[in-house]
Amino acid sequence: MEKLLAVYVDHIDVWLPEMLFFSITTLEIAIVSFVLAVAIGLVLVMLRVSKISPLVTLAILIIEVARGLPIVVLLYIVYFVPPQLVSGWNWSWYNAFVGAVLGLGIHGGAILAEVFRAGIEALHKGQREAALSLGMTPAKSMRYILVPQAARIVLPPVANYGIGLLKETSLCSLIGVNELMNDAKSIAFADYEPMAVFLLAAAIYFAMSYPLALILRHVEKRLNFSR
Amino acid sequence: MEPLLKVDDLHKAYGALKILNGVSVNVKRGEKVSIIGPSGSGKTTFLRCINFLEKPTSGHIFVEGKLIGEKTVSGKFVHVSDTELAKDRQEIGFVFQRFNLFPHLSVLGNVTIAQTKVLGLSQRDAEARGRQMLEKVGLGHKVDEYPERLSGGQQQRVAIARVLAMQPKLILFDEATSALDPELIGEVLRVMRQLAEEGRTMVIVTHEIQFAAEISDRIIFMDHGAVVEEGSPAKVLKDPQHPRTREFLKRIEQR
Ligand SMILES: Nc1ncnc2c1ncn2[C@@H]1O[C@H](COP(=O)(O)OP(=O)(O)OP(=O)(O)O)[C@@H](O)[C@H]1O
Ligand SMILES: [Mg+2]
Repeated sequence: MEKLLAVYVDHIDVWLPEMLFFSITTLEIAIVSFVLAVAIGLVLVMLRVSKISPLVTLAILIIEVARGLPIVVLLYIVYFVPPQLVSGWNWSWYNAFVGAVLGLGIHGGAILAEVFRAGIEALHKGQREAALSLGMTPAKSMRYILVPQAARIVLPPVANYGIGLLKETSLCSLIGVNELMNDAKSIAFADYEPMAVFLLAAAIYFAMSYPLALILRHVEKRLNFSR
Repeated sequence: MEPLLKVDDLHKAYGALKILNGVSVNVKRGEKVSIIGPSGSGKTTFLRCINFLEKPTSGHIFVEGKLIGEKTVSGKFVHVSDTELAKDRQEIGFVFQRFNLFPHLSVLGNVTIAQTKVLGLSQRDAEARGRQMLEKVGLGHKVDEYPERLSGGQQQRVAIARVLAMQPKLILFDEATSALDPELIGEVLRVMRQLAEEGRTMVIVTHEIQFAAEISDRIIFMDHGAVVEEGSPAKVLKDPQHPRTREFLKRIEQR
């Protein structure tokens, strides 16, 4: 224990600023892939509930495959396969960051599509009819009646997914994105202090995700129908 | 005088399954018409067609002479846009068997949302009118409650207040009491009776024959998607002419 403290005393002034700097990349990956996942999830769920059978099949296929693969495998495929498949193009823009957010975005989109579907299916058909019978257009019934109800069902799992995503970004180190985990690995092996470095990385991940989890718990309580 | 509601030769089929086979009904302003009939005879479908929750296969609906859900373009009937249909529906209140209150809104929210978002009233005016309607159904003290905390009878009364707040020309009731525990039926029927006494135009689908007899100007007996017999309560209920009506009434009495 004392030895560990001594290590931190020696190195923290270098390690911490550097790791915090790379935590920014971690946050960037998380935010961009979260937005992407929500967008992809919305598109997939629209296909999924479209009642147009080829589109439904396509959506199910994408959802099942993307959810069925280990995230790391998906990341490798998304990052390495397209440039090899279409070799004529200029792929210089397709760096590890882009591959990472695409891979996480597709995986998250598949997860969120199912979450959104649960939200849609929980809506009672009578709700829409009640809204229409009061003179609302379908668009207004969506906006004022259906979406707010679905949001109450969908928001907690979506937020949970977002918090989980923050931790999953560490997998992106495997395709070479320079984020917190990758930086921790390189420091750990450069300074021969894996335990101290990885514990510090763990603390930073925890410090980023735990407050979010607390906020979520608080919001969830307030989202209940009857206050 | 022109009827307030005119239903002209209404047909409804789901594929090959015919549900309504040419129903024509006129309802005068202020008239209370009850529709009775066996389960599956098409009563709900008939009401739903009136405000186009179901699109009729053929036939037309008029409220004060104006076509509902359709318009004529060079002599042909065509469906109107969503916006126009929504406008038509404002005139027609619908009380559902299962209440269909909005669970994410308070009681007051339920009776104000359409006033503000459809009629364009200010929040203040909508709340004033909403409170007034809730008073009327005896729920003035529940404005801040959420639907899930109300009994079925209270929920249905909120649903009625929600309809009243839109000031419709006509109110359709689809078995407003059949989802309720027996001890809660009375409070809803009381509100409906009060509306009837105010001279509102009401079309009521109900299994409460006694209630229908008391408040209706006219009873319509429907079977197999058609009007079998209609007339004053005394005539249809006490002296039914058609054997199917007689059989139906006998079956109900036995319960
Ligand atoms: N969307 C639909 N698709 C196919 N059939 C339907 C649909 N809606 C209703 N039906 C059928 O239409 C028939 C009439 O139904 P409806 O609900 O209008 O009867 P009802 O007179 O209201 O009966 P109840 O007294 O049980 O409420 C029933 O046989 C029902 O199964
Ligand atoms: Mg019915």
